[in-house]
Amino acid sequence: MSPTFEELTVGQEIGTRSIDVTRQDLVKYAGASGDFNPIHWNEAFATSVELPGVIAHGMFTMGAAVQLVSDWAGDPAAVVDYQTRFTKPVIVTDTTGSGEAGAVIDVTGVVGALDADARTARIDLTVVAAGQKVLMKSQAVVKVS
Amino acid sequence: MSINPDLQGRSYPAAEVYDVGREKIREFAKAVKASNPAHFDVEAAKALGHSDLVAPPTFAIIVAQRADAQLVEDPESGIDFSRVVHADQRFTHHRAIVAGDRLVAELHVDGVRAMGGGAMITTRSEISTASGERVATTTSSILVRGEGQ
Repeated sequence: MSPTFEELTVGQEIGTRSIDVTRQDLVKYAGASGDFNPIHWNEAFATSVELPGVIAHGMFTMGAAVQLVSDWAGDPAAVVDYQTRFTKPVIVTDTTGSGEAGAVIDVTGVVGALDADARTARIDLTVVAAGQKVLMKSQAVVKVS
Repeated sequence: MSINPDLQGRSYPAAEVYDVGREKIREFAKAVKASNPAHFDVEAAKALGHSDLVAPPTFAIIVAQRADAQLVEDPESGIDFSRVVHADQRFTHHRAIVAGDRLVAELHVDGVRAMGGGAMITTRSEISTASGERVATTTSSILVRGEGQ
């Protein structure tokens, strides 16, 4: 069921999600998005440009994190504004063939603000990988019926 | 090579049209681990009042990064793509992107700021349909890392 504006309160949690990430996910995202920067799929290249290893596309993390909000809203088009800062890289280790995740991203969404005139809710996302916040000021504004 | 400070204020006119296809929406939705049926099933999208499959909230990055490529690949810009780190991103949707849309993006360089040996560059893409209807505004900052950054 889609939320209604009147039943929302600031501080309310909308849900949590845990996202497993593999190197294959990054290759898929590269193909889907057209962002083929090798820092997202080639270890030797990533370390040669002084990164700790292969890192997820910031836009992969941003795009996957908002799915919690899309599903909560019911209609993905209700997300009318979405912003974030990328503060820490998500390092994805090579687990090819093992079936294990190379990184895990944990997402929590909380109602951060309500606008009664626009009937929108601002959902503030906390996005953590390896114990560090990887996104900051990650906020999605959602139209609510 | 360092970043050209004269980039600030530059704009790049809308170039090629991006045709939003159903399979691209499905592929992108899977790639960001979306499961909402409105990305995959035309009937589910129509039940929500949309004319066709709805793109995920960050889909416009495809169109925006094509526009950014004009800047990154501009030999006058001095940007080394391998040293680019994405610093922040925002999407403001004037309406949802749906399959069948024909989109164009006009790119504006809103800011260039030296940071250590590198630079922070802020760009804005105004995305509209080829016939001029406003669809989305995206803003993005990239950090071009200097040596040792």
